[in-house]
Amino acid sequence: MLGLIIVALFGTIAAGVKWSDASWTPNLALDLEGGTQIILKPVTENGERPPKGTVDQAIGVIRQRVDSSGVSEAEITSQGDNIVVSLPGHPSEETLKLVRTSAQMEFRPVLNEGAPTPTTTDPSPSSTIPANGVEAAAPDPTPTPKDAEPSDEPTKAKPDSPSDAAYYITPKVQADYDALDCTDPANRKGGANGDPEKALVTCSPDGTAKYILGPVEVEGEHISGASSGLKPLPGGGTSNEWVVNISFDSKGTSQFTDVTTRLKTQTAPLNQFAMVLDGLVISAPRVNDIISNGKAEISGNFTRESAAGLANQLNFGALPIHFDVQSESQISATLGSEQLRMGLIAGLIGLALVVVYSMFQYRALGLVTVSSLVVSATITYAVITLLSWLQGYRLSLPGVAGLIVAIGITADSFIVYFERIRDELREGRVLTAAVERGWARARRTILASDTVNLLAAVVLYVLAVGGVKGFAFTLGLTTLLDVLVVFMFTHPVLELLSKTKFFGEGHVLSGLDPRRLGVPGTRYAGRGRVVTVPPATADVQDATETPTTVEGSRVPVSVGAPNEAGLTIAERRAAAKKASTEPTDAPVDSASQESEPESGRTEGNEH
Amino acid sequence: MAAGFAQWGNDLYTGRRSYNIVGRRKIWFTISTILVILSTIFLIKPGLNPGIDFRGGSEFVVAGVADKDQQLAIDTVKSVKSSEEPRVTTVGADSLRVQTSKLTNTEVEEVKGALAKAYDVPVGAVTSSFIGASWGKDVSQKAIIGIVVFLLLVTVVMTIYFRNWRMAIAALLALFHDLIITVGVYAAVGWEVTPATVIGFLTILGYSIYDTVVVFDKVRENTADTLEQSRWTYAEKANLAVNQTLVRSINTSVVALLPVAAILFVGAVVLGAGTLRDIALALFVGMLIGTFSSVFLATPFEVALREQEPAIKAHTAKILAARAAAAGGLTTDGGDLALAGPSYVPAGALKAGSHQGVAAQPKRRPTKK
Repeated sequence: MLGLIIVALFGTIAAGVKWSDASWTPNLALDLEGGTQIILKPVTENGERPPKGTVDQAIGVIRQRVDSSGVSEAEITSQGDNIVVSLPGHPSEETLKLVRTSAQMEFRPVLNEGAPTPTTTDPSPSSTIPANGVEAAAPDPTPTPKDAEPSDEPTKAKPDSPSDAAYYITPKVQADYDALDCTDPANRKGGANGDPEKALVTCSPDGTAKYILGPVEVEGEHISGASSGLKPLPGGGTSNEWVVNISFDSKGTSQFTDVTTRLKTQTAPLNQFAMVLDGLVISAPRVNDIISNGKAEISGNFTRESAAGLANQLNFGALPIHFDVQSESQISATLGSEQLRMGLIAGLIGLALVVVYSMFQYRALGLVTVSSLVVSATITYAVITLLSWLQGYRLSLPGVAGLIVAIGITADSFIVYFERIRDELREGRVLTAAVERGWARARRTILASDTVNLLAAVVLYVLAVGGVKGFAFTLGLTTLLDVLVVFMFTHPVLELLSKTKFFGEGHVLSGLDPRRLGVPGTRYAGRGRVVTVPPATADVQDATETPTTVEGSRVPVSVGAPNEAGLTIAERRAAAKKASTEPTDAPVDSASQESEPESGRTEGNEH
Repeated sequence: MAAGFAQWGNDLYTGRRSYNIVGRRKIWFTISTILVILSTIFLIKPGLNPGIDFRGGSEFVVAGVADKDQQLAIDTVKSVKSSEEPRVTTVGADSLRVQTSKLTNTEVEEVKGALAKAYDVPVGAVTSSFIGASWGKDVSQKAIIGIVVFLLLVTVVMTIYFRNWRMAIAALLALFHDLIITVGVYAAVGWEVTPATVIGFLTILGYSIYDTVVVFDKVRENTADTLEQSRWTYAEKANLAVNQTLVRSINTSVVALLPVAAILFVGAVVLGAGTLRDIALALFVGMLIGTFSSVFLATPFEVALREQEPAIKAHTAKILAARAAAAGGLTTDGGDLALAGPSYVPAGALKAGSHQGVAAQPKRRPTKK
């Protein structure tokens, strides 16, 4: 069973190495491998220095985003006004995007939509603005001379609605729109979202359309949650198109209801609302129905990664400011290979000492400890390698130290177990029974203490950020593996071993020698039964005199029903003699009925 | 010697040899209190020495260097300010980044000049700036929230598992004791606190509770039937449990400490300052103290709490009265709960039958004459 798990783990890694970008070694974190350092410079719309609090807030948001994409142990610091983000290894474009984009999302009505190329020929917007009640006739676009600065003054004092094109499309907006060339990638970089009160001229990220948008109607802050998934089909199945599902809070829901109610009655293109992310229109769906449940679906050329990335960004909120990437450079490991090498050497020395100590303490049983540790280490290595491929887990030096510490906690489970078995042997049980009963007790202790560790790991993993999260992950992982190994390796192995002659008879080197465990020489075992064990110094292994070895080949004794048959003939005779001089009232129970004729004679004497 | 240790373990288990750990709790409490007070003093007087990750510091970037020898930069900074432990990283193809703790303006100029000289570049190629803490307040704050939530949950879990809140309280007390002393020792040593150190402290948090739970599980098992018997008091039964787990505690702590000691040795002696040394010191002290506290602090404290319970109190008084009566004396005064007193009665496994003598034998059937 455990073998299957190991084979499955390594099989998966092998498959990953062969067909994907996995590797046979786990990825290392920033301190051991180095990585990419990105310096972000905050850009505010008015060019002022951003307030200190905003930078801290932005660091928090970036850290959450990076953490949620896996346990990657990124390092984020401020340097003056700038933010320095150090990511381990060679981060993917998706990860870089998580760091760079501010993810300011807002919902604006579409006022105009057109081909992405500049439209210089027709400066008049009236042809693209459909009749919209009375004021539709009102737009009186003054054809603007090319050399003059177009006026940015609205032609009306007050807009009738956010879809009021006549108010929002000022000559300047129109001129900007006309001049905008969305086929030029430079115009599709995105950026700040612009004044929420005014119209916005922008492109779609793929450069297939350009838009004039009305003022912001629903702010991104009213998004209460976001998730990504495949678009469901009306029939109940799913298409293979990735979408991001968002839900609004109560204010956002009512605002969104109002918008969809109004837009539903409009004609194209005014019946569209645009989802604007960092200044670009990622989707501008047409409103066919009033959406009042506060749920919206964003579609627009997503891949699985980009949909998940956007949902992740929306969940943690937008960065309060927009950033420019100032530099992106490779940095070396902060600790260097020397530390890792020495750390591993130290770990090996420590392990060797553990092996020596457990052999010394537990003799052959120490081998079980060592092999269990080896199994545990193998699985840990496999799981970490697998997770560093699938989850972006990275091993840092504190992580390595944590793993070395885990040796202690894992070994403790075995020690607790072995000590319980010895306790049971001291009570006079045979090995198979001692293993069974010791296991029942040790299991409780191991589970209780590991639960506490797991609790610590889960709580810290969920609540903490940065390095603490990585630590919690390692702790939780090793705790789970500890339970797994004890249940599926150590205990079965001991059960098997207890049936062998070497351990079952308590060989001196087995570590389970009953005489060394101080099972007393002669003791009363209940119901007129006396057990004699030669003292620890005795070199005789006489089966007739050591009941433990006789019992060793028998069925385990169950609790509360001592096996009377364990008496040697000599003892039974002694007991019978005793009984004849001092008659006892032997309790009539199944045990005594099953017993040998001698005890029957004892009863006979009495009657 | 192994035989001696095993024999010792046997004696501890059967109660033939027994250390009156619970009874002498005043001694342990005193030792712990002194240690905690000392640690608190160390925490106040030299105090912890937070590193760059917590306080921010100065950063120098040397551009256009020909050889990227990192040791040279470390030596250079140390020649200006010997107490520094600079961190050197290569950036891009030909730049070095040197991070130090916060330097004064004159020191910054000195370091700039020295670095430029050492790497044979113009002074203009060395830029300096102040960097913020990478382990900012938000990280600490979230970690603290996590710890508080963990402690609350663990109290609830332990209360449910042991069916007694006193055990949870005793475990928490031991935990704080371990943490304070570990942090105190770290402050006394005066090494820089790095994120690795904090990770070490967090590990101690887990280890301390873990170790205490293992000991308490034995206490719980041993004392489950306390009120149904009238041979030993709760304290004596708990003491037997501690004695019985002593071998486990020693074995576990040795096995856990060996690798940590190896890292500490390699980290401190071979490598000098660094992550390994920081984490290993925190772990070494913490595990040592954690083992001590689960045996000598948590259980005695738990017993002290339990003896306040009316049922246990009455039971203890009854047994002590019975013992006094059996000894012929009638000197029992209910106030003296005798544990601290001279009459230490070690509880132990019953040597089957021996305790009752003839009374253990089956009774003769009375009808037959």
